[in-house]
Amino acid sequence: MRDIKIDSPVESVDIRNSSRSELILGIEGTAWNLSVGIVSEEEVISFAESAYLPKSGGIHPREAAQHHAEKIVDVLREALKKMKEKGFSEEDIRGVAFSIGPGLGQSLRIVATAARSLALKWRVSLIGVNHCIAHIEVGRWMCGTEDPIVLYLSGANSQVLGYMAGRYRIFGETLDIGLGNALDKFARSVGLKHPGGPEIERLAQKSSRYIELPYTVKGMDFAFSGILSAAKKLAEKYPLEDVCYSLQETVFAMCTEVAERALAHTQKDELLLVGGVGMNKRLQKMLKDMCEDRGARFYTPPPEYTKDNGVMIAYTGLLMMRSGCTIPIEKSRVNPDFRPDEVEVKWK
Amino acid sequence: MEVISHCAEAIILRDGDNVVKRRLPKRYRIRELDEMIRRQRTKSEAKLIVEARKAGVPTPVIKDLSDFEIVMEYIDGRPLKEVMSEELVRKAGELVAKLHERNIIHGDLTTTNILVRGDRIYLIDFGLGYFDEDVESKAVDLHVFFQTLESTEIKAEELKKSFLEGYKRYKGWKAVVEREKEIRKRVRYA
Repeated sequence: MRDIKIDSPVESVDIRNSSRSELILGIEGTAWNLSVGIVSEEEVISFAESAYLPKSGGIHPREAAQHHAEKIVDVLREALKKMKEKGFSEEDIRGVAFSIGPGLGQSLRIVATAARSLALKWRVSLIGVNHCIAHIEVGRWMCGTEDPIVLYLSGANSQVLGYMAGRYRIFGETLDIGLGNALDKFARSVGLKHPGGPEIERLAQKSSRYIELPYTVKGMDFAFSGILSAAKKLAEKYPLEDVCYSLQETVFAMCTEVAERALAHTQKDELLLVGGVGMNKRLQKMLKDMCEDRGARFYTPPPEYTKDNGVMIAYTGLLMMRSGCTIPIEKSRVNPDFRPDEVEVKWK
Repeated sequence: MEVISHCAEAIILRDGDNVVKRRLPKRYRIRELDEMIRRQRTKSEAKLIVEARKAGVPTPVIKDLSDFEIVMEYIDGRPLKEVMSEELVRKAGELVAKLHERNIIHGDLTTTNILVRGDRIYLIDFGLGYFDEDVESKAVDLHVFFQTLESTEIKAEELKKSFLEGYKRYKGWKAVVEREKEIRKRVRYA
């Protein structure tokens, strides 16, 4: 117990009761990471997760789903335990949010089933959250940005978005595969372990020799599969460090260029980087330099909220529930191809 | 010289009846890559501007060319974005039809890169353009343009329709429009 000096008599307030606003539990599991977050409007209350790591190769959709099915109860228990340690109880949870898509169908269904059961058990609202929108909203929350251009780079998704007239519009996106996917595939082809992004980053730091690779920006869209093939070929002749360096410099320059185009086109002056690839320090540096040079501000949330996480689902679920965007169980079917611009943003 | 525009990759200076488009170095990318991109784009842009005009698409006349710089005729027009109408966007569709007829891909077909002067429409900024006969590239041109409409115009759907009315002058339009729909739907969980 700490000694607290009280100058004037204050009415005894139970802190728990005062912050007993409403809690939302969110479950994320669109791909490799199964994660549960519990939030209030003010803060993250609890966070627990379990990552599926393939024994060899990349993500196997069925194995990922099996992982989620095996671990979901443990992860939920851990999240609820941490919540209780902070003095909350299950009765404080007013809604259950889950990632309804986009993602791997099998994984999404595990998560959806868990969310439906909890919503029924606790008799609370069910909220189906678009995974991409959740990345954006948690980023805005953590960084305090108003109206950013969002660069969203993950394994499967690579998009440039911005808010306009009730929706997050997609200004540009990958025309073939996601950037994270491209990096992972390259890493795998040269025998690096999964996930490949951090391995490539580590090796790239050892080189400063640029070998030319295709640079494929088309307007505000980009494409990565051609670069992936070219990099694989280079890796047969050149030191791996040099290829990793060249690969990073090329693809990140492309992303930065497209982000800058979107800023210029919309005349917005904030850039928010989200998604797993966003943890790369070289990419962050490039975006920061670009923003500085054009008088814009650059933001990216802490790593645990940049990659896939349950907190982002919980927080977006909270925003959605407040604006009445809850769904009945019978309309809670998952949508593996759910695009962010299909979501009507009623909370802004 | 007066700066008339400072776009994402270049600075446009007005010099009397001319404009100078100078591609500026980007601090965020390494010098080798930076110079390669700027040199390639300057050269290819000049070529595309000339070829587009040969195809009957109004573009600025080129007066001089160096490593990172193009000097061309000044066009005293307004971007389509500011004067948007169904009629103008239909005309823009006709011009894009002419480009695609000659396998010219604009590469950055936004409503900022289409200038309106009187009853003439000019296409500018071929900095990301290239030659390609492939349906995919043409479809991406359309896709970029539609995305610009969708992200900046409330009446995007009507405007897209008008654009296509003009674009249908290109004999291969059907395949391109089909492919654009495919690009839109393409599942990216591969």
